[in-house]
Amino acid sequence: MKDKIAEKVLLFVALSAILSLALITFFIFQQGIPLIFRIGLGNFLSLRWAPTRGGFGILSMVVGSLLVTMGALAVGIPFGLAGAIFLAEFSSKTIQKTLKPIIELLAGIPSVVYGFIGIVILVPFIRNTFGGPGFSVLAASIILGIMILPTIVSISYDALLAVPNTYREGSYAVGATKWQTIVMLLLPAARSGIVAGIILGMGRAVGETMAVIMIAGNALKIPGSILDSVRTLTSTIALELGYAAGDHRAALFACGCVLFLIIIILNTVAIRITGKK
Amino acid sequence: MEKNPGIIVNVQGGGSTAGIQATMNGTCDIGASSRNLKPAERGLKVILIALDGIAVIVHKDNPIDDLEIAQVRGIFTGEISNWQALGGLDKEIIPVTREEGSGTRASFEDMIMGEEAISDACLVQDSNGAVREIIATTPQGVGYISVGLVDEREKAIAINGVKPTLANLITEKYHFSRPFLLLLREDPVGNCKRFIEYVLSPEGQEILGSSGLISANQVVVD
Repeated sequence: MKDKIAEKVLLFVALSAILSLALITFFIFQQGIPLIFRIGLGNFLSLRWAPTRGGFGILSMVVGSLLVTMGALAVGIPFGLAGAIFLAEFSSKTIQKTLKPIIELLAGIPSVVYGFIGIVILVPFIRNTFGGPGFSVLAASIILGIMILPTIVSISYDALLAVPNTYREGSYAVGATKWQTIVMLLLPAARSGIVAGIILGMGRAVGETMAVIMIAGNALKIPGSILDSVRTLTSTIALELGYAAGDHRAALFACGCVLFLIIIILNTVAIRITGKK
Repeated sequence: MEKNPGIIVNVQGGGSTAGIQATMNGTCDIGASSRNLKPAERGLKVILIALDGIAVIVHKDNPIDDLEIAQVRGIFTGEISNWQALGGLDKEIIPVTREEGSGTRASFEDMIMGEEAISDACLVQDSNGAVREIIATTPQGVGYISVGLVDEREKAIAINGVKPTLANLITEKYHFSRPFLLLLREDPVGNCKRFIEYVLSPEGQEILGSSGLISANQVVVD
């Protein structure tokens, strides 16, 4: 009897998670899609964003989101992968047990703190060293790159550890060095896990809002260099929702629809890749 | 609330347009707006409760103290991109504007920009405080915020030779200011009347004044 009740309660909890996802999905699309049909895809995908005067083009924001995400990956992948390789292949159990929780702690720091560090240290540094406003693609990429490190490190580390030891032993037996073993054997063997980690990190970078608003400058113009300011889809929603009404508000929900699709695609790809092994 | 127990005021945000709309369609008893009504929005009772000046601010080390209105416009359209062109240092200008939908931005566009559009290359922040923070830490920056919020970390410049001081705002010598209005469909009665009387009372006006606004009874309307 008690088991039955517990089962029902748990089922209800599990279903409520799905239900809230379904409701969120329905709500975003119900608010955003009608506007896209009314103004037409041409306007929606144009460069002119002036939502209080009939311009609903999100192109520069889509480009901005992609640029910042690519930048974050350019920073996050080399450092994350190197960190995972070091942890899995070069360090003792003690170092692993100390370093891994510390890296995972990075994921627990609120994004507003990352943004604050960006404003106080990174932005003035970039402005004084390279010129430009400092609020830039570069600043956002570096901060986001650090923010996605824990995701990339943890998942790649687990994937490397999952490679059976017999592989390593076989490789050493035929005379390969440790480096050759890592590059030619372990990385290809752990590839699906590493790629999944990168894609999940990418999802986090696309969706990050607070830190990006604080350090990217949010200029609408598509940046001409990595020292120029940039505006992402998430920043636009967060910046403008406060005072948006009518079509402007609907346009922000339409931005939400686009973000939603991007995240769904990234997550589906990540699940497919990890599921295949 | 402590002095008037039993009266509950529900506050809803959303900006001036939302406030005007809500008053017109009867969603609320009293609407608030930080801009004058457009022709299509006429027909409401309008009560001026305070004025808020908009100051153009630069970093405190910037040698510029005074700009023509056309120069400010040129900065924000992107035509003027170096401080040297305005008699300052040979440095790139970094203009900071407010987000689409902001009342401060709407007033700035009205009073300074006229028909011209603010350039897409301007940095965008979503509050007076965030704009101020950037200007205070960016030597080449220029932005606009409420006069009452300017502090010692940045410098409010004179426009057409007039500084945005309290005295200049009260006498309307500095005319880059916007009204804070309360709106009603008809003459106030009951609790609405009491609320408006409170806002216009010396006590209510002092609260507005302490937030950096110019209280309505100081405004000289000719």
